[in-house]
Amino acid sequence: MAQIFATESLAPGFADPVHDSQASFRAALAAFARPGRIERVPVSPGIAAPGSLGRAATAFALALLDLDTPLWLSPSMSGAAGYLRFHCGCPVVAEPRKASFAIAGGDVPALDGFDLGTDEFPDRTTTLIICVESLRTGGAVTLSGPGIQETASLSIEGLPAGFWQQRVELQAMFPRGVDIVFACGDELAALPRSTRIKEA
Amino acid sequence: MYVAVKGGERAIDAAHGMLDRARRGDPKVPEISLDQISEQLALSVDRVMTEGSVYDRELAALAIKQARGDLVEAIFLLRAYRATLPRLAVTKPIETGGGTVRRRISATFKDVPGGQVLGPTFDYTHRLLDFTLAAEGRAQVHPPDEATVSLDPTPRVADVLNQEGLIEAIPQGDEPDGDVTREPLRFPASRSVRLQNLARGDEGFLLAMGYSTQRGYGRNHPFAGEIRLCDVEVEIVPEELGFPVVIGEMTVTECEMVNQFKGSATVPPQFTRGYGLAFGESERKAMAMALVDRALRAEELDETVSAPAQDQEFVLYHSDSVEASGFVQHLKLPHYVDFQAELNLVRRMRGEAAE
Amino acid sequence: MAVLAKARGDELEALWSAIPEPPAYRFLRKPETGLAMVRGRIGGTGQAFNMGEMTMTRAAVQMTGEAGEAIAGFAHAAGRNQRHAELAAAFDAMLQDGRWHALVKKGVVAPLAEAQAGAKKRQATDTAKTRVEFFTLVRGE
Repeated sequence: MAQIFATESLAPGFADPVHDSQASFRAALAAFARPGRIERVPVSPGIAAPGSLGRAATAFALALLDLDTPLWLSPSMSGAAGYLRFHCGCPVVAEPRKASFAIAGGDVPALDGFDLGTDEFPDRTTTLIICVESLRTGGAVTLSGPGIQETASLSIEGLPAGFWQQRVELQAMFPRGVDIVFACGDELAALPRSTRIKEA
Repeated sequence: MYVAVKGGERAIDAAHGMLDRARRGDPKVPEISLDQISEQLALSVDRVMTEGSVYDRELAALAIKQARGDLVEAIFLLRAYRATLPRLAVTKPIETGGGTVRRRISATFKDVPGGQVLGPTFDYTHRLLDFTLAAEGRAQVHPPDEATVSLDPTPRVADVLNQEGLIEAIPQGDEPDGDVTREPLRFPASRSVRLQNLARGDEGFLLAMGYSTQRGYGRNHPFAGEIRLCDVEVEIVPEELGFPVVIGEMTVTECEMVNQFKGSATVPPQFTRGYGLAFGESERKAMAMALVDRALRAEELDETVSAPAQDQEFVLYHSDSVEASGFVQHLKLPHYVDFQAELNLVRRMRGEAAE
Repeated sequence: MAVLAKARGDELEALWSAIPEPPAYRFLRKPETGLAMVRGRIGGTGQAFNMGEMTMTRAAVQMTGEAGEAIAGFAHAAGRNQRHAELAAAFDAMLQDGRWHALVKKGVVAPLAEAQAGAKKRQATDTAKTRVEFFTLVRGE
């Protein structure tokens, strides 16, 4: 039976599932509470990031994905499918619109292709994790909204052209929209749909 | 509206202590074990598993012990525990036609293919108290006879009727239309959602609802087409393996009611069906469920919806014992402010009336 | 796998301890207990519906095979016995290892399967005795 696995799908998950999940969840919670602020995910060093997923994105996925959360992976992230299926038990779907969670790299597709929720159930949307090259360099945007005193600044390297424009367009649909997490290495920053952005 | 009240911590601790002692009863009487509950109060365990919605004999037995035998309280305990567990898999639909039959009867065909098999039934007992059971260790248990007798395969009664095209076809599909543990009920609810709700529903409530249809409140001319008690294999397809694996076996009781139907503008006269399915040996529950399932199809079959058992909102919103018991029992909570307001109101109205 | 899943935890424990030098393994996924949503079918043969859940435990282990390759063993078993899932996964891995396959097949799976079939047969016999032929009596004119 082992033959059906790529070797990386057998890489171990959290060494301490309970506490590592709690710590990862806590980091994600802190990131969403303070949009744009960079949070370190304090997981034990054991977890192996498969494919192009960084450790922060891996920890986020291990903590939050399960059988009830269909996952969509962009082509650059498809190497992680076996690993996430095995450890999270999440179904991997082919259409972004059917996903509760999506993980992408620089090949993020059009944002309005994800599940944007309905006015009746705006909570049922896709949460998008984008693995980027840096959370400190690259084009800067100015953030404002809940969880930000006045304004905050966020610089992301490794996004496709037109990404911010698409994100601005989604703002008109609020409370529908997508929540986004940028992940790089051990760190992540969140951009909930309630945050308004201005390109610098 | 309720108000928060403070105090009483010591009294509450003392009440818990008293509850523990009451649960244990006279310490001179041996304590009951979970195995004893599971083996000898098996039908209580089956009911708690069905309505608690978790198939696990040991957990259900523990809940019964902790609840001092109060099955509705035990169901609540099991539901609460259930909420702490992650869902790891969804099974393939169990194939009740392929299980090992322990009981199978039909009230529609005397010579039903596969035969009538009585199994461990209370039917044909005289309902006389058996005092040999009261005398400890004296009750005689007949040893099973070792001579081998084989059972024929047992085709479904509905299939027999189907050969003549006299019974409705049932919709097919491998995916349910919803899951009441994940999404709130919305009306009209699909049949698969209704069946999930009824499977978790209180047996007493469903029994009364089913009975009401027999007495004329939404009459649907039922016959027990088939009742089956069987052990079936449970299979899942783990996300990481991609092929089915058997995780174990479970006992279920199934009832298919066959109901006369006079036809509608679009459908010729034929037999229709009501379905009931429950964990363990839960025959009364499965039968009542099948009656109510059929009654709830009134609208779909173009029948007049006039009785409580045909009213989706009435049945589905009131079937759950955890919800019902919670809302009834919440009346014990402090309503001091509410009641003060009512008291003032009544006094004022009296005063006004006197003027 | 079905036989190992359906066995009792204490049966697997006894069979495991009967192996003189059992192979070492490590967890790919530690035993985890949760629920499987059990589905039935409307009318027994129609559309699926969610009936209720069943407790289950899963585990995955890894062993080193003859040629140094990694062998994975999986278990998904009803109930909450984590040791049961662990041992079932270990046996599953051994079944894929040429050095252990025959021993586990003959010494573990075969006796368990036989016991399970025996229990089934006894029950079928018991059940078959309760088969009844009903006669219809003509009602008086």
